[in-house]
Amino acid sequence: MLKALQLEPEKCTGCLQCEMACSFENEGIFNPSKSRIKVFTFHEEGRFAPYTCSQCAEAWCMHACPVEAIVLNPDTGSKDVLEDVCVGCKVCTIACPFGTVNYNADTGKVIKCDLCGGEPACAEACPTDAITYVDADHTGLGRMRAHAAQSIPSD
Amino acid sequence: MAWTKKILRVNLTEGTCKEEPLNMEWAAKYLGQRGLASKYLAEEIDPACDALSPENKLIMATGPLTGTMAATGGRYSVITKSPLTGTIACSNSGGFIGNEIKNAGLDMIIFEGKSPKPVFLHLENDKATLVPADDIWGKSVWEADEILHAKYQDPLLRIACVGRSAEQGCLYSGVVNDLHRAAGRSGVGTVMASKNLKAIAVRGTLGVGNIRDPKKFIETTNEGKRVLAENAMTGEGLAAMGTQALMNVINEVGAMPTRNMREVQFEGASRISGEAMLEPRESDGKPNLTTNGACFGCTIACGRISTIDPQHYTVVNNPQYKDNSGGLEYEAAWALGSDTGIDDLDALTYANFLCNEDGYDPISFGATVAAAMELYEIGAITSKDTGGLELKFGSAEALTKSAELVSVGEGFGKDLGLGSKRLCEKYGHPELSMTVKGQEFPAYDPRGIQGMGLAYATSNRGACHLRGYTVSSELLGVPVKTDPLSTEGKPDLVKAFQDATAAVDSSGLCVFTTFGWTLEDIAPQVAAACEGEWTPESMVEAGERIWNLERKFNLDAGLTAADDTLPERLLKDAAKTGPAKGKVNELDKMLPEYYEVRGWTADGVPTSDTLSRLSV
Repeated sequence: MLKALQLEPEKCTGCLQCEMACSFENEGIFNPSKSRIKVFTFHEEGRFAPYTCSQCAEAWCMHACPVEAIVLNPDTGSKDVLEDVCVGCKVCTIACPFGTVNYNADTGKVIKCDLCGGEPACAEACPTDAITYVDADHTGLGRMRAHAAQSIPSD
Repeated sequence: MAWTKKILRVNLTEGTCKEEPLNMEWAAKYLGQRGLASKYLAEEIDPACDALSPENKLIMATGPLTGTMAATGGRYSVITKSPLTGTIACSNSGGFIGNEIKNAGLDMIIFEGKSPKPVFLHLENDKATLVPADDIWGKSVWEADEILHAKYQDPLLRIACVGRSAEQGCLYSGVVNDLHRAAGRSGVGTVMASKNLKAIAVRGTLGVGNIRDPKKFIETTNEGKRVLAENAMTGEGLAAMGTQALMNVINEVGAMPTRNMREVQFEGASRISGEAMLEPRESDGKPNLTTNGACFGCTIACGRISTIDPQHYTVVNNPQYKDNSGGLEYEAAWALGSDTGIDDLDALTYANFLCNEDGYDPISFGATVAAAMELYEIGAITSKDTGGLELKFGSAEALTKSAELVSVGEGFGKDLGLGSKRLCEKYGHPELSMTVKGQEFPAYDPRGIQGMGLAYATSNRGACHLRGYTVSSELLGVPVKTDPLSTEGKPDLVKAFQDATAAVDSSGLCVFTTFGWTLEDIAPQVAAACEGEWTPESMVEAGERIWNLERKFNLDAGLTAADDTLPERLLKDAAKTGPAKGKVNELDKMLPEYYEVRGWTADGVPTSDTLSRLSV
């Protein structure tokens, strides 16, 4: 069964534990600027929202890559960047409608979420369950359940 | 490790920025942030200098755990000599600026001298530049923040800034970062403005590495997070109601200073409490509180994000304050509300917004307004002095107008910007100033919580709850319950809290973790990150060393044991209601024993044995 990251902005407090976990997993240091997941603060509205790659089935980035450096990981469904193939042309960063593939000037390659090979560190680190890793076919299950609860007539 | 081992020295007089290695010998003894920067300050300035002269220095310092995944590991402090108290000052803030400084590769930034013209520091990793601040000088923190973000076209820029109040010399101005977090107390922002330094704008992309044992660090920090999550206060209470969870509790035990500390219970407490912030309003059906928000790395998330009732008089003609911003925390709600006798939640929220927007401490501001109200009541201040403002206890309009004046330093706002001590002296009634060493009290009446009286009297930065929060023990039973109305054992208790807090404040972590953590939880995290031997015992010792260093600074600055006291009102006028009815604070029963347990002389001077034992 494929799993997917489920993001629930209403639970997010903007603490950035996910960004640190991501950078620590991928870069070995705590560095939000190198995180594949980003948390946005909408101060005036009093809202926070984590955002990252949703691993599109027909991934724009994968199709746009001229050197086939972005490939499907069949185990997780993630679209992974092959670092030794990537030439840093950034065409994928233009192609992605969501902005979730980004260039890393330090390495000359692009970086994007690869679900940490099936154990996403961000979901593990999130203290409020705003990021969870769930059945890819049922990322709406929690919300469905909440509405289902409301549909039960009360006494 | 965990330190970047680099500091930036900015000479504002010369306009130079130079990197230098961190003194690791001092880091091994003083850890970081509060302790380490205090060591630098004590070594580099004459404690007797004028706090607002170029001789004073201002240090922005992170701790070794700042910028790491440790829960709450995002703190930084501003350390300088205070213009309000004449003591050493260290004001701690969360938000995201501490992490950004660390990510730019620095443990601390030392500002010295005075710039001939207003400037701000732009810091991009190892590239530090002093930039003319003509476009932001004279602007509020919020305006300056917007201008700087636009100037650099960088939404990820983190900014710490002083407001117009600091530029105008208000003695309790702070340094505001990320719009609504602040190194708020003791006038550290006033010192920054006196140096013609308006802001720092930081972007760090280097990351925080140098973790001594990364695997162990993840293990110990995960364990720490589990403890916080399972604790009633740090796991649920603070997220739901913030520190405002305390309002009704403290009022019930009769330790809620009211109307310039004349009374110990406020009849309007429930209307300005955390519970009240959750009640839907009639006008738009929304509660005051929109959501809670976290500082960097914080799994507690006590921050309040609030709006003002759109029908409230403060915003109907002021649409720029109708959006969300930093809401009331307990100390602000108390000082702006209970101490002034005002129970209008929206007026308090508005005043709190202004405190954030122009960078001044809501505790000192509220308490100064309270003192002014009492002076007005007895006729020592008249409406001639206030420019027609009727400063009556309970008047929301008086509070919000006062805030508008202090924000820009105009009219009676100049007098209010002096702080309670100087204001009461100016109008001939020094006895009405509720301060210690010139700093206004926070929200716990020491008649109802005896240990806090000793903690206030001996705090190294004047009246302060964050230098030894024995409320934890005396009221909440953390880590052990003691009787709030008894003085027994309090000298030891106060010393233990003061030393432990000094260590926590030097680590990069938030002191609010200590609702759930002791040093038994914290030391393993520090030890996994930092070289050296960090045990609960060695951290307590570092804390005691820091406390004595600060004490020595203050004595060298000219303070004496005579300054370790409380206003007469708290020592002679008994509490009129509540569980503490009939009680005064019995400081004289605790202070001599406190000096003894500290290893100080009867005059409150650390003995040479004590200083050498701690190698201060």
